[in-house]
Amino acid sequence: MRHIISVLLENEAGALSRVAGLFSARGYNIESLTVAPTDDPSLSRMTIVTSGSDEIVEQITKQLNKLIDVIKLLDMTAYPHIEREMALVKVRVPEAADREEAKRLADIFRGRIIDVTHDTYVIEITGEGSKLDAFLEALQPFPVLEVVRSGVMGIARGEVSLQI
Amino acid sequence: MSETASSSTAITGAEIFCRSLQAEGVDVVFGYPGGAVLHIYDALYRQDKVSHVLVRHEQGAVHAAEGYAKSSDKPGVALVTSGPGATNAITGIADAYMDSVPLVVFTGQVPTSLIGNDAFQEVDTVGITRPCVKHNFLVKDVKDLATTIKKAFYVATTGRPGPVVVDIPKDVTADSCEFEYPESIHMRSYNPTTKGHTGQIRKAVDLILSAKQPMIYTGGGVILGRGSEALTEFTRKLGYPITNTLMGLGGYPASDKQYLGMLGMHGTYEANMAMHHADVLIAIGARFDDRVTGNIEKFCPHAKIVHVDVDPSSISKNVKVDVPIVGEVEPVLRELIKGLNENGGKPDAEALATWWKQIEEWQAQDCLKYDQTSELIKPQYVVQKFWELTEGDAYVTSDVGQHQMWAAQFYRFDKPNRWINSGGLGTMGVGLPFAMGVQFAHPDATVGCITGEASIQMCIQELSTCFQYQLPLKILNLNNRYLGMVRQWQEFFYQGRYAMSYMDALPDFVKLAEAYGHVGIQVTQPGDVEGAIKEALAQKERLVFLDFITDQSENVYPMIPAGAGQNEMILV
Repeated sequence: MRHIISVLLENEAGALSRVAGLFSARGYNIESLTVAPTDDPSLSRMTIVTSGSDEIVEQITKQLNKLIDVIKLLDMTAYPHIEREMALVKVRVPEAADREEAKRLADIFRGRIIDVTHDTYVIEITGEGSKLDAFLEALQPFPVLEVVRSGVMGIARGEVSLQI
Repeated sequence: MSETASSSTAITGAEIFCRSLQAEGVDVVFGYPGGAVLHIYDALYRQDKVSHVLVRHEQGAVHAAEGYAKSSDKPGVALVTSGPGATNAITGIADAYMDSVPLVVFTGQVPTSLIGNDAFQEVDTVGITRPCVKHNFLVKDVKDLATTIKKAFYVATTGRPGPVVVDIPKDVTADSCEFEYPESIHMRSYNPTTKGHTGQIRKAVDLILSAKQPMIYTGGGVILGRGSEALTEFTRKLGYPITNTLMGLGGYPASDKQYLGMLGMHGTYEANMAMHHADVLIAIGARFDDRVTGNIEKFCPHAKIVHVDVDPSSISKNVKVDVPIVGEVEPVLRELIKGLNENGGKPDAEALATWWKQIEEWQAQDCLKYDQTSELIKPQYVVQKFWELTEGDAYVTSDVGQHQMWAAQFYRFDKPNRWINSGGLGTMGVGLPFAMGVQFAHPDATVGCITGEASIQMCIQELSTCFQYQLPLKILNLNNRYLGMVRQWQEFFYQGRYAMSYMDALPDFVKLAEAYGHVGIQVTQPGDVEGAIKEALAQKERLVFLDFITDQSENVYPMIPAGAGQNEMILV
């Protein structure tokens, strides 16, 4: 089963590689991993998307907790939560009709065109992974030059929160 | 404060290093100098509180520090230079990681300005050691040095112990700042659990008292957590049978009648059978290692399991347990004893009597028997004689292989911290440097190193260290001219194709010992074994290398073959 694990860890050199190294050393799956400092600059927040049986995911959370740099973590999957991912997509749209159609698709998916040249658009789109997949599928008729996906971020709904 | 005044009390990073070690109560550092640690060596030279032991290879330094730590209640400390100094130390660090040995290893590093430039003797020590340390640090500013050292000792020695590496660039050891060693340390990201959860303790007590066929299975955690006394009290109170893992030997007195011997691949028949048929298993400070469980699918099929461990990730990792208790072994055992008293219930005496009767039948197999009439020296006999002649009171280190198993089977440890071996990583070559570390921790004790002719050659250079520091070790070389355990597996599972398991062109160990300044004795007859050991023990001031030419065909029995269950042992 797919799990989204959010981790608060010390914002220190090497902390990311400790987490990445743990996953490769123990053979755990890692679908995506995003990390950035939080409002407290001494802390980083990481969102890891992984999959495995309950036993494996239990081990993953225990092993993560065992890392000295990890302060706290939360398996989002256990709670109502929101997940978001962003994609930046560069498409080739040389004809006016193409531009119209791409714009229309972006609107339908609540995307935004954030860069325009004679031949290309860059479209920014945010949502759950499946929505991003659907958008990319819809863009199939156009030559897609580049896709950049951020990886998943997650936050629990309501009172549940991951903080120190 | 004026600049002059502040600089007058500032000291260098190298001096801070020494002062920090003094503050930690470190009396000995095992190490080897080199370019990146010259400032540190200079500072060590100019003080006299921390002594330094010069090894002959950095691997030896870390193993010696392990031996020191495993046999005492203090962490081991090693100091090596950058680059090859650090890489040579890796095996020791990995060994300490697998066996949870509290260790602080200091590595020199190239100056901060050169890090990342492929400088001379540069390696990414923090990167290389990351998967085999409990934690590691790179100190980039002299102002962080004292606090980092404090953290390193704190992390290494608390919770589930383990090795911590502190990588110190050369310029940091030359820079100066004011020195103040923190009295205590708080890390928001590191708070090991000590006491067990009260509700879980109560559940465990109920389950323990409900047992008809109980079994207590304890590991190295009892020794690391100084829980032997509490374990003995707990076990005797219940009257239940107990087994120790390879790492846990000495955690419960081997001479006690409730003790069934070691369990696992080369454990006793009675210990493994009792495990297999147990209805309640009480696992304490043990981690259900594959050498213990055999085939996990067939492991303890009837048992409800209580598992006490300080490391939550050890619980339900290999075997799903029913009552997990996260906490330190000693306080949890005390709480369990208290819980038993408060519960007021008693173990089921009738069921227990039947259970013991069954166990006695298994014991009657006499699974450790070996040919006592052979004209060749049986390795088991050597260990047994050493046990008898030292009255079971020596510190014993071993290397890895058949001799290690015989040492574990035939030297019966009644006290903790007496048996020092490499269980997790299975590192050949540890025996001699382990023994050095033990002798430094216990200068007046008898320290024996039970080894084989293959293992001993992996760190043989340390015989030179032993001479320099006049360490009167007793080396028992069970010389069968084979990589014995490899040969045994090739005999059993590869139809006797002995690929590369024969040790050809062995040195003359007697001459070798003498060349290093020690006493060497070769023993070829069973009748001479006892006399030779006596003579070695009588040489109080000298290292004696006893080279026993043993029966080449001897195998370690009993044995659980790979893939089999604990009830499927090969007996002799």
